Amino acid sequence: MQPGELIAGDRGARAPRGDDLARAWAVLAQVMDPEVPVVSVVDLGIVRDLGWRAGHLHLVVTPTYSGCPATEVIETDIRLALERAGFPAPELERRLTPAWTTDWISELGRERLRTYGIAPPQGSASKRSLLGEAPQVCCPQCGSAQSELLSQFGSTACKALYRCRECLEPFDYFKCI
Amino acid sequence: MHKHDLIPYLLLLGDSALVQGQRLCEWCGRAPALEEELALMNVGLDLVGQARNWLEYAAELLADGRDADALAFRRDERAYRNLLLVEQPNGDFAVTMTKQFLYDAWHLAMLQGLVGSADERIAGIAGKALKEVTYHLRRSSEWVQRLGGGTEESRQRMLAAIPALWRFTVELTAGSDNEAQLAQAGIAADPASVGAAWRQQVCEVFSAVDLPLPKAASHFYLDGRKGLHTEHLGLLLAEMQCLPRAYPDATW
Repeated sequence: MQPGELIAGDRGARAPRGDDLARAWAVLAQVMDPEVPVVSVVDLGIVRDLGWRAGHLHLVVTPTYSGCPATEVIETDIRLALERAGFPAPELERRLTPAWTTDWISELGRERLRTYGIAPPQGSASKRSLLGEAPQVCCPQCGSAQSELLSQFGSTACKALYRCRECLEPFDYFKCI
Repeated sequence: MHKHDLIPYLLLLGDSALVQGQRLCEWCGRAPALEEELALMNVGLDLVGQARNWLEYAAELLADGRDADALAFRRDERAYRNLLLVEQPNGDFAVTMTKQFLYDAWHLAMLQGLVGSADERIAGIAGKALKEVTYHLRRSSEWVQRLGGGTEESRQRMLAAIPALWRFTVELTAGSDNEAQLAQAGIAADPASVGAAWRQQVCEVFSAVDLPLPKAASHFYLDGRKGLHTEHLGLLLAEMQCLPRAYPDATW
């Protein structure tokens, strides 16, 4: 080793091993959305690609909303989790195209939203969200379809506020976009 | 077609979203109802996020060492390229929602034109923003109709808000020569189509509750695209930029 190499060299770089990517996916499946701490970044559908580039793990992440304040937190959480799992200096690329859609939320993610008390997005984003057609949203507490919209904007950018007319409880609905 | 020609256009999009977002955030803690507070802040947040995307791109093309934050917090009013409409004070709720609606209708038409832009970066930012702005326009259209067709009081307020803001709409129906050239190159939204779509949208929403549509606004001596602003922008920037200018090296 030459003098200075320890400081200037890319110490963390290494060739990928056989189960690296599968292991990285498993790590990501444990990184939760800070606003909805039961849904992982994988189930949310924001990790679009995972690979190996120049000796490091390379990820493509797509933000949910342009102004989502959780974007930086999520990226930091991802970075930390991967570092801890033995992937030094993972490289994160933020990509806007194609734009994130709620269609990318996995079945598991939808189920977890429901049990957490947030009604998952209904139907496909392409048909509903642009036409202003009111979706039929089922109450995540009692399951009733008798619900009404209180506000198109809720506690975070991704949610709308609903109320159940059966059990009278208010609840969040994950908007279709 | 040089990449540098894009900068004023990116600033028009970014600065307008930023200033409109900042105005909305002035409602924080003062909205008439909790749901409205959430909605105003949500829309503001979307717009500030979009502004960051546009300004990041502008900063890359400028390549003078400034980033999006430097563009937002260390430019003076004459360097801002936002629409005059969005810098106007919030006034009462009728003024706020009329301003929002007039802007949203323009914004949606612009983004619809931009999702097919030959510049992939622009198309990407616009595609993301379009989904958000669709919600914004739906909400502000509903408010214009609710206030316009509501009580005698709310209607009077709408009838006062529309003419007070109308002269600034001249900027929504006409673009600069630079924009027309960018549109010809397939990069910008065609200003004539945006203006037509805007007028049709406004006409539909106003006529649903019998709000009179003023005749097209004529040339106004100030011009946001040239950095010639009303006195309100300076005060808005003074508040928005105070902290980063007082503590230039602060990070969080």
